[in-house]
Amino acid sequence: MQSVGKSVRRVDAVAKVRGMADYVDDIFVKDMLQVKVFRSTIANGRVKKLDVSRARALPGVVVVVTYEDVPKHTFPTAGHPYNKDPKHQDVADRRLLTDRVRFFGDEIAAVVAVDELTAVKALRLIDVEYEQYEPILTAEAALIDGAVEIHEGTKNIIARSEYQLGDWEEALAQADEIFEDEFSTSTVQPCALENHGAYAYMDASGRVVVCTSTQIPHICRRVVGQALGIPWGRVRVIKPCVGGGFGSKQDVVVEPLVAFLTTVVGGRPVKLVLTREETFIASRVRHAIQFKLKTGVKKDGAIVARQMTAVSLNGGYASHGHAIVDNSGEKYRHLYDQLAIKFAATTVYTNMPAAGAMRGYGIPQVMFALDCHMEDIARALRLDPLDFRLKNLNKTGYTDPILGITVRSNGLPECIAKGRRLIRWDEKKAARRQQSGPKRRGLGMACFCYTAGTYPLNLEIAGARIVMNQDGSVQLQVGAVEMGQGSDTVFSQMAAETLGIPVDMVHLISEQDTEITPFDTGAYASRQTYISGMAVKKAAAEIKDKVLRHCGLMTGISPQSLDIADAWVVDHKGARVMPLAEVALDGYYNLACAAPFTADVTNSATTNPLSYGCTFAEVEVDLATGKVKVLEIYNVHDSGKIINPQLAEGQVHGGVSMGLGYALYEQMIFDPATGEPLNNNLLDYKLMTAADTPEIGPAFVETDEPTAPYGNKSMGEPPVMSPAPAVRNAILDATGVKFNQLPMNPHRLFERFKAEGLI
Amino acid sequence: MYDIVNYEEAGTVQEAIRLLQANPRARLIAGGSDLLVKIYKGKITDAELVSLRGIIALKDISIEGDGTVRIGACATFSRIAGHPLIRKHVPVLAEAVSRVGGPQIRNIGTIGGNICNGVTSSDSAPTLFALNALLRLEGAGGTRVAPIQDFYLGPGKVDLRQAEVLTEILLTKENYQGFGGHYIKFAMREAMDIASLSCAAVCKIVGQNVIADFRLALGVAAPTPMRCLRAEEIARGRVFSEELLLETGRTAVTEVNPRTSWRATREYRLQLVEELSKRAFKQAFVKAGGVLL
Amino acid sequence: MITKKINCTVNGRQVSIEVDIRASLLDVLRDSLHLTGVKKGCAVGECGACTVLINGEPYDSCIYLAVWADGQVINTIEGECKEGRLSKVQQAFVDEGAVQCGFCTPGLIMSTTAMLQSGKKFTREEIKAELSGHMCRCTGYQNIIKAAQKALED
Repeated sequence: MQSVGKSVRRVDAVAKVRGMADYVDDIFVKDMLQVKVFRSTIANGRVKKLDVSRARALPGVVVVVTYEDVPKHTFPTAGHPYNKDPKHQDVADRRLLTDRVRFFGDEIAAVVAVDELTAVKALRLIDVEYEQYEPILTAEAALIDGAVEIHEGTKNIIARSEYQLGDWEEALAQADEIFEDEFSTSTVQPCALENHGAYAYMDASGRVVVCTSTQIPHICRRVVGQALGIPWGRVRVIKPCVGGGFGSKQDVVVEPLVAFLTTVVGGRPVKLVLTREETFIASRVRHAIQFKLKTGVKKDGAIVARQMTAVSLNGGYASHGHAIVDNSGEKYRHLYDQLAIKFAATTVYTNMPAAGAMRGYGIPQVMFALDCHMEDIARALRLDPLDFRLKNLNKTGYTDPILGITVRSNGLPECIAKGRRLIRWDEKKAARRQQSGPKRRGLGMACFCYTAGTYPLNLEIAGARIVMNQDGSVQLQVGAVEMGQGSDTVFSQMAAETLGIPVDMVHLISEQDTEITPFDTGAYASRQTYISGMAVKKAAAEIKDKVLRHCGLMTGISPQSLDIADAWVVDHKGARVMPLAEVALDGYYNLACAAPFTADVTNSATTNPLSYGCTFAEVEVDLATGKVKVLEIYNVHDSGKIINPQLAEGQVHGGVSMGLGYALYEQMIFDPATGEPLNNNLLDYKLMTAADTPEIGPAFVETDEPTAPYGNKSMGEPPVMSPAPAVRNAILDATGVKFNQLPMNPHRLFERFKAEGLI
Repeated sequence: MYDIVNYEEAGTVQEAIRLLQANPRARLIAGGSDLLVKIYKGKITDAELVSLRGIIALKDISIEGDGTVRIGACATFSRIAGHPLIRKHVPVLAEAVSRVGGPQIRNIGTIGGNICNGVTSSDSAPTLFALNALLRLEGAGGTRVAPIQDFYLGPGKVDLRQAEVLTEILLTKENYQGFGGHYIKFAMREAMDIASLSCAAVCKIVGQNVIADFRLALGVAAPTPMRCLRAEEIARGRVFSEELLLETGRTAVTEVNPRTSWRATREYRLQLVEELSKRAFKQAFVKAGGVLL
Repeated sequence: MITKKINCTVNGRQVSIEVDIRASLLDVLRDSLHLTGVKKGCAVGECGACTVLINGEPYDSCIYLAVWADGQVINTIEGECKEGRLSKVQQAFVDEGAVQCGFCTPGLIMSTTAMLQSGKKFTREEIKAELSGHMCRCTGYQNIIKAAQKALED
């Protein structure tokens, strides 16, 4: 491999270090109006009276739009591919603005003004009266008989699902011991540094153009069309540089409103950039999920029966809804083996911010529950926790009985061996005697598995287009989305690899425009390197084929014996035949048969490989204060072949950091009486700073996935999946105390240590 | 854009006082790291500001002939943390103000603003309490000097009178010379955070590890920063020991009155009072030249 | 609207401009001078994305009133690349993979530049402390710290 597998420099690095990368809010458009949203200050209720007359009268206010002025129909927002089967479509439960308030911060009216401060001041002039209902903040409150329905006719249930495989009773009867436990995770926010923002205007032909920070331009176009009730072709979505997404931009958040508002002001451009405080509550959060697990095990450590039930808290709107906890149920099934397995899940509405996609999509939650439970079983049975996991892992060749996908590469045993070696597990375990001091150290680990994309549950389609220029360089267009993860760079490497040219001869067009770029469903499910990568490879192969055939015409050499290397056409012995540029130029200007080399392909994937990995962590716990210090942490991945080691390591660094935040620091807190968010800002919501972050050790076990374009599997989300359970198991090792609830912050540790008599 | 309707810059303290007298709605702004955030959040609307930033003298840090260290109210945290006089005479104050926010905030935030905000979580207050700092306040009626303990009236409330300006923080020689001090900020993060509890201890040693003087001040342990006088009293005159530490911590707990908020429970803060008092005392003892046996 | 005329140096250029008394330096840099490399991430000094150097020291330009810039020397990310050559700090950020989504990058480069220009030596722990006023969600700070170490070497 010439380009793939190398730490090629990011194609956008120079623009970003020079401050030249333009994000939504950096683009200057003349006559721009500013939007501010009037948000509810209660969590559950109905607007009885709304008076916007004073706001309308404020000089500088162009228009004030309320729920009375927007279309009556509802629309979905989740960044899923459209499904023609109405039964499988996302829940359409949003209006552009609402009088039925479903969370603290729900959107009642919007002010359009000449500048932001005027819009802010206009908001203060809006008078509202509510009919208030008790805020529903827990699953129990949502499901109790007679609970107020957050959405009519739902009984506050978005969906239920279940599966069962094998003979449960028979399997359980074989168990020597049965373990049951409960775990719960917290509500956290993606916190991309760039807040959600978009602007919209109408072009001369009356089409609505939306420029937005999104992971899903093509889905956004469809949803804006649905929200406004206009043909999808009348919407054009442009995605400039995106300042991080992590899932909350795999959703349509501010786009429908700005698209609607520009139609109200005659097509004049209107912009809405959420404040940080708004991004916390009005974009998307990670689902808090409560799990119950039951596992039957034989004395030798063989698992015979597994059961999990889960309740997922979704907030006031469905967004991705039940798909998240269903994904938890899948990976729960994929990772370990047994004779019989059961899963049942419910997703409920609550009066909290809408939960949607966030890096890992239900898997950081379930791996916390699952691999803490596995640790506890191993300890109870006095089995080595690593051996216990290894014994029960699903192996290569495993075919999932429900989805039908087959594992063709599984490097998890090697990942575990590598993590064990890196952290010096055996040496430290042997050296560590009974501890009694005020600071205790412990080791822990946890595993995970994941997929690449959503096949066969969803369409997995990706487009790529390549045009070779006169000089032999190429323009590469993909519908896949760069949001910081480095996809533009790896696609450039892939095209260069297959075409036999250096990476700097690939000019990738990073800005997405639904008018121009090929169709792709976007950046989510760690799918792009695998799915969109297939499209890039196909397009590059097609170009190469055309080049070689043309060169054959030019030289009389059989195209089958030609190849391209270092931007030269070479023969079967590797000898240089002709510079690629000469072939390309001839392709453009040959008087007899000019036909520039172009390719435009769409790939629909029908495979889905499992990626694997684990985290090993060593912690030191300060008993008196409850503070946990992570001393060492290694995050080891089988993501197949690594396309760009430096970028892959970067994904691990960021994912582990987010995972440690999940474990120890982050949680959105709501007033239990009112549902008011208490820490929706970056001072009170504890993202780790540079001073809090330990040295992070990324490591890889490179299997070669046969179904992948370049042997690669998913990489973007996996790093966030196993740090929290690994840290929990390390705290258990250090203190003997089991923490089954996230985050494991000093407050929680203090309470438990006090209760357990440790302090 | 901030919701500001009027902005004036004072060239001298007297001018600031006149501007405040002329407009009772006007507020002083120094660094702005708290005030501008309040305007952003809509807690202050149609703000009318009198800026102290142009008054050079208020940024001064100097030492008097009698050894009194004078810190201008508009000295920023970074300036204080890096100032040779502070590092030489009251290094514990340099430590304390280095724990405010992050570097950018310390470049803008001022010690006077920190005090006048009146919050119990102020990173400068516990140390200033422990050092018996005095505040020089200038108003239309003249100048007064008040002990910092008397200046804090309640949460967010200080004894800053109409048209009055805090101009200087004074640390007299007998309150810092020979003392070792230590400040602990306990927060969820190592930077960019508000203390869950903070603790400043200063002590002086005579002879063989005998505590000649000891002062213990806490933040977030009560509605305002506070001293633990009983704990101090217990330590004075005693030989340093682990038992003394335990006793000091236990006593401090009896003097405080922290509240439960979503940030932390009263119980947890009490635990921190006991633990951090011990840790700060121990470190202050070592820095004062004490020898751990 | 009340305005005030200020004179300052921005990226080595003399600037004389009427600023609204309500404006932050961030507002003026972005909206009037079109220096959009200065990012707005929180508007209240909690994320560091808008960090610029004022007289060589890092400040959150969101909580710094534009009128205060009178007489000051201001440097933003746009002034760091001279004659097409990346600064030492910028080059280190590129080489060490310190850039992902890029939104926090300009601010972090400015804080690192202030460290470099101070001429002081910094340990790894000191670098972490100096950069602790910047939030980054992509990188776990690791390659940023590495880049800063590289830029501050020798």
